[in-house]
Amino acid sequence: MTKEQVQKIVLNIIAEIAPDEDLSNVAPEVRLRDQLSLDSMDFLDIVMELRKKHGIEVPEADYPRLASLTSCGEYLLPKFLAKA
Amino acid sequence: MAAHSRIVITGIGLTAPNGNAPEEFRSNLLSGKARISEVEVRYMGRHPAGVCDFDALRHQKRKELRNGTRAGSIAIYCAREALGDSGLAWENVNKARVGVYVGITEHGNVETENEIFNISRFNYDTKFWTHHHNPRTVANNPAGEVTMNLGITGPHYTIGAACAAGNAGLIQAAQMLQLGEVDLAFAGGVSESIHTFGIFAGFKNQGALAHHADPNKASRPFDRDRNGIVISEGGALFTVERQEDAVRRGAHIYGEILGWCINSDATNDVLPNPERQAGCIRIALERAGLLPKDIHIVNTHATATPLGDIQECRALGTIFENCPDTHINNTKSFIGHCMGAAGALELAANLPSFTDGIIHPTINVDNLDPECALPGLVLHTAKRVDCVGTILNNSFGMLGINSVLIVGKYRG
Repeated sequence: MTKEQVQKIVLNIIAEIAPDEDLSNVAPEVRLRDQLSLDSMDFLDIVMELRKKHGIEVPEADYPRLASLTSCGEYLLPKFLAKA
Repeated sequence: MAAHSRIVITGIGLTAPNGNAPEEFRSNLLSGKARISEVEVRYMGRHPAGVCDFDALRHQKRKELRNGTRAGSIAIYCAREALGDSGLAWENVNKARVGVYVGITEHGNVETENEIFNISRFNYDTKFWTHHHNPRTVANNPAGEVTMNLGITGPHYTIGAACAAGNAGLIQAAQMLQLGEVDLAFAGGVSESIHTFGIFAGFKNQGALAHHADPNKASRPFDRDRNGIVISEGGALFTVERQEDAVRRGAHIYGEILGWCINSDATNDVLPNPERQAGCIRIALERAGLLPKDIHIVNTHATATPLGDIQECRALGTIFENCPDTHINNTKSFIGHCMGAAGALELAANLPSFTDGIIHPTINVDNLDPECALPGLVLHTAKRVDCVGTILNNSFGMLGINSVLIVGKYRG
């Protein structure tokens, strides 16, 4: 498991919850909300899908760590590795 | 305040199991085409049901469909289609003066059942319960989704009136227009009830769920061998305006709302009361300034339950005896029971009679129940008549709610 693989997992979740978005050119460093039409309910959907599909818990205090794909990779990789 | 304003219908948007536009719907009704499917109901196997196949992506994004409800989607489709049909220049409409009044039989069962099923896969741990649950299940959901889709900032709410709700939505609109609360209303009813097993199970265990080897023959009001309700989804919303506003903008006027009544049986939670139904009809006639003989079409509520059809026929029989120009029909024989949408859809089914002079039939009556053999019943095939100037629309519901709406041909 790598950060890039984690980013891909997050991107797949976003594709599911925001199916109208063009995800072909998402910049990893840029905040997701600055380049996609996502609101707070969508981020809750990301948290829920991580929980349902991967058994990953994201405490509310850590929601800001999901701001960009890069930060998602950094924050979530240890959690995925701990699950492996 | 314009307490005595005349109220008119200027646009129609609908989705029914046998049509996603008024013309398609009407064509199938006149040619006797039912469209009932057999669907898999969670935990219950296959049952006949009326399923709509409108293109939801015509007016919504995929994300809106994912986060919203089926009832909301039906309402949005109907509102947008009605708006297009109305000829209103939407960009010039003051959105704060628009009201959305959507009749519903129930709302939230579908979404709640889905979430319970969802968490059942996680040992009923509620941390897997969706945060979308509350906005999906608040009772105003279908009307609220319309306001968000169209940018309407006037009032919106649903009218919970069991299966009398479609009429109730229109009545609410007429009242709010007369009060001057709004200048334009989207009004009618919607239903998503085929997606909740609870409604099917409830009717089945009540002995009121239809079954037939051929789904298209399952909904058979007035037939001796009827055995219950075919549950359907659907919707119909109308644009409703004060007559002077509609005339000023040169709108096509489908009909004028002449009178109405909503009353209560106060007798039983499920069994209808023909005396109260008759009372409801009489008050609506009185308010419209009409006599029974002045009514040209009575659209019956009859849902094909053994007792309910007879009770309604008793109510009608006491009022419409010696009325040779009164014809009686039933739309549910084609599309099943669209619950909260029924009254509105059935009005949309009959409104074209004002212009084409044809009355759509009741189908699936192979052996007319003698207790339902009212004079004036239009059976099997459509009937052309000299003139249709008035429609009396019956819609009744559980807990003893009766609604009657009378619409007249617009004569200027």
